[in-house]
Amino acid sequence: MTALTDLTLAAMRRGLAARDFSATELTAAHVAAVEANRHLNAFIVETPDIAADQARAADAALAAGTAGPLAGIPLGIKDLFCTKGVQTTAGSKILKGFIPPYESTVSGKLLADGAVMLGKLNMDEFAMGSSNETSAYGRVISPWKAQDGSNRELVPGGSSGGSSAAVSARLCAGATGTDTGGSIRQPAAFTGIAGIKPTYGRCSRWGVGAFASSLDQAGPMARTVEDCALLLTSMCGYDPKDSTSLDVPVPDFAAGLTGDLRGKRIGVPREYRLDGMDPTIAALWDQGLAWLRAAGAEIVDVSLPHTSYALPAYYIIAPAEASSNLARYDGVRYGQRVTPPGGNLGDMYAATRAAGFGAEVKRRIMIGTYVLSAGFYDAYYTQAQKVRALIARDFELAWQHCDLLLTPTAPSAAFAFGDKADPLAMYLNDVFTVPSSLAGLPAMSVPAGLSLDGLPLGLQIIGRPLDEALVLDAGLAIERAAGFTARPGLAG
Amino acid sequence: MSVTPETVRRIARLARIDTPEAALAPLAAELSAIIGWIEQLGEVDTDGVAPMTAVIPTHLAWRADVVSDGGIADAVLANAPDATSGFFAVPKVIE
Repeated sequence: MTALTDLTLAAMRRGLAARDFSATELTAAHVAAVEANRHLNAFIVETPDIAADQARAADAALAAGTAGPLAGIPLGIKDLFCTKGVQTTAGSKILKGFIPPYESTVSGKLLADGAVMLGKLNMDEFAMGSSNETSAYGRVISPWKAQDGSNRELVPGGSSGGSSAAVSARLCAGATGTDTGGSIRQPAAFTGIAGIKPTYGRCSRWGVGAFASSLDQAGPMARTVEDCALLLTSMCGYDPKDSTSLDVPVPDFAAGLTGDLRGKRIGVPREYRLDGMDPTIAALWDQGLAWLRAAGAEIVDVSLPHTSYALPAYYIIAPAEASSNLARYDGVRYGQRVTPPGGNLGDMYAATRAAGFGAEVKRRIMIGTYVLSAGFYDAYYTQAQKVRALIARDFELAWQHCDLLLTPTAPSAAFAFGDKADPLAMYLNDVFTVPSSLAGLPAMSVPAGLSLDGLPLGLQIIGRPLDEALVLDAGLAIERAAGFTARPGLAG
Repeated sequence: MSVTPETVRRIARLARIDTPEAALAPLAAELSAIIGWIEQLGEVDTDGVAPMTAVIPTHLAWRADVVSDGGIADAVLANAPDATSGFFAVPKVIE
């Protein structure tokens, strides 16, 4: 029999409904897997007692016929989501010990649908990073190893690296992630799982630690496209507590999945074919196009002429918004405080923030402060907002010729710790994910193949605003054709 | 544009991040590299382009101007590093 932790989320639902196993058994199997894989450092806080209580409640609801759509499904929650009564740090020392008195809207919706919370997942500090090396609670280690004889430890991607490592290592059925410039899609690609960032405004930002508010979106990460669809349906929905939440109907994404792309046009943005692109990734991209053609789609070339300006625009806009958002961490209302002897209020602010923030967060706050400062605002920030408008217009024009775009998710497979010590080299890893973030579009990564040394590679599907359903259909078509069955070596 | 250690000192002060003297020069070099890279945006012709403020067209929702929450001072103060008599307490502000 397949281990309970190896089932897809959809299969867990069927097994629970058929009483093949109980939610309590399912949760216990996952708690054991979490404990056996602590060396990955995927969790900042484990909550086995909460999980056991929630599993018992799910069993009671299943017996009474009142179970929600996710009853008894064990999930990990990224530490950016406030969880009532459970420490939430955003991966930062400055929030060590912070116990939210409220639940984020998205995690609350999952729990209301019956999900079980196994704990809080590690992440890059305030979601600033692409490798999980910036967490104040230690780096997350990918469960994958390259088949190159080196046995080097690899990054799980970031910022949702605890989420990607935990889902890939079968520690939870699915996890929440957040994506500002690729933080769901790149870690999903690095660990051989699926993840979708919905249209900006689909998921409420209320109770989610703010990094760059005009870009931040929550989304699910799971091992299959259908599992992502099941979680996405639960996570989306209008929330009056988030002023940019979209008041639009949420389809049942899983029920609508067909994988049928007949009559659909897939755009191939020519600017994404970078000079010196890894030939394995270029070949996988071509293979993905062939798979979509086999599913009934027509392939068309499109141009997104401002693509190369997306990363520099992002690295003005995101730090600018971060420098404003992170001003709230001042040692007054929550989190850590450092008061120098004899210091006044200003000294307390500066010492608290110096001690509480890590190097990458400080770097981005300073970039943001610089580009917003008097004399530079128009040259940097206003210009970036104009370029952002042009990038969004590129996509709008492309939608006249196609219904979806297919691209690689990342320019490389997972790299080793310390390989990208230069901040700029790290930023460039988000080259394929940032443009759709700037345009607020739904985008997903699905595992599609392996690198020459056996590491997962993902393909990215980008859709029109609010067209998550078609993005998921193309994801399903790739998933079926790719038959991705590779898995990491696991303990326990 | 090259970012000088003096500029880093000014930014750090604006950002309220205590930054030791020895860190100014290395930070200036890092920020110079990043700012130098993002300056390529200057070559994009943006004449007549309105800066984007909302990525998905939407309107801000109205609601009745009524108190919708409150009476939870204890919960609000529960995470404060220093809370006294129902207030957030901070070091002396007036010298």
